[in-house]
Amino acid sequence: MAQTGRPLSPHIGIYRWQVQMATSILHRATGIALSIGTLLVLWGLMAMASGAGAWIHFEAFITSIVGLILMIGWTWALMFHLCNGIRHLLQDTGMGYEIPQFVRSGWLAVIVSLALTLAIWAWLAMGGVA
Amino acid sequence: MSRFRNPARRAIGLGSAKSGAQHWWMQRMTAVALIALCIWFVVMLLSMLHADYASAHAVLARPWNAALMIAFTSAMFWHAQLGLAVVIEDYVHTRWLEFSLIVLVKLFAVLFAIACALAVLRIALAG
Repeated sequence: MAQTGRPLSPHIGIYRWQVQMATSILHRATGIALSIGTLLVLWGLMAMASGAGAWIHFEAFITSIVGLILMIGWTWALMFHLCNGIRHLLQDTGMGYEIPQFVRSGWLAVIVSLALTLAIWAWLAMGGVA
Repeated sequence: MSRFRNPARRAIGLGSAKSGAQHWWMQRMTAVALIALCIWFVVMLLSMLHADYASAHAVLARPWNAALMIAFTSAMFWHAQLGLAVVIEDYVHTRWLEFSLIVLVKLFAVLFAIACALAVLRIALAG
């Protein structure tokens, strides 16, 4: 930022913590994480197109401990970015700008994304029984 | 409005380039598409839990799955490079570095989107 010497508006350090801060920064952070995750989609598709020999390496990675931790992280990142993204699209239409609504939808995005992540991995841990 | 602007202003690039809404609009368009495509993508991955290579390959080779996968990866890379460009604009304040990073991200996004589409086509059109 250019150092103009002008007074700055109050920054993060001066505010009481609010859920809107968390959803805002998490939307950006999960967006960056998911951008890196696109490389896994690319790798998976290239491996599948290359043949069973290349697929083995991809499969070994995503079922390894590191792979599983990354997959769980990306699952939540995707679920949060999806939920909060829908929230932003609804806000783009002018909905939900009253402060209580804004706070409630923020918490809703956090809680629903965690619940979806839990549901997906619980289902996978149980071996995918329907 | 443009007739009120001094031609010199336009020549030295000050003021609106008349494309300010394009980034915002495409971010929303790809976001709406990705709501449906992400749900499809996750459900399809979950359905492949016990699949070996041959059966996973066969699932993706189905025409609608292949079409949706190309739509998904294209929208995904488009949306990702739009978002990354905003992040770079916000945090990188060295002009040449900011510009170079944005160009690099855009070029790689296009390359990776092409690679994904080609991979899906190869899977879909194989024997």
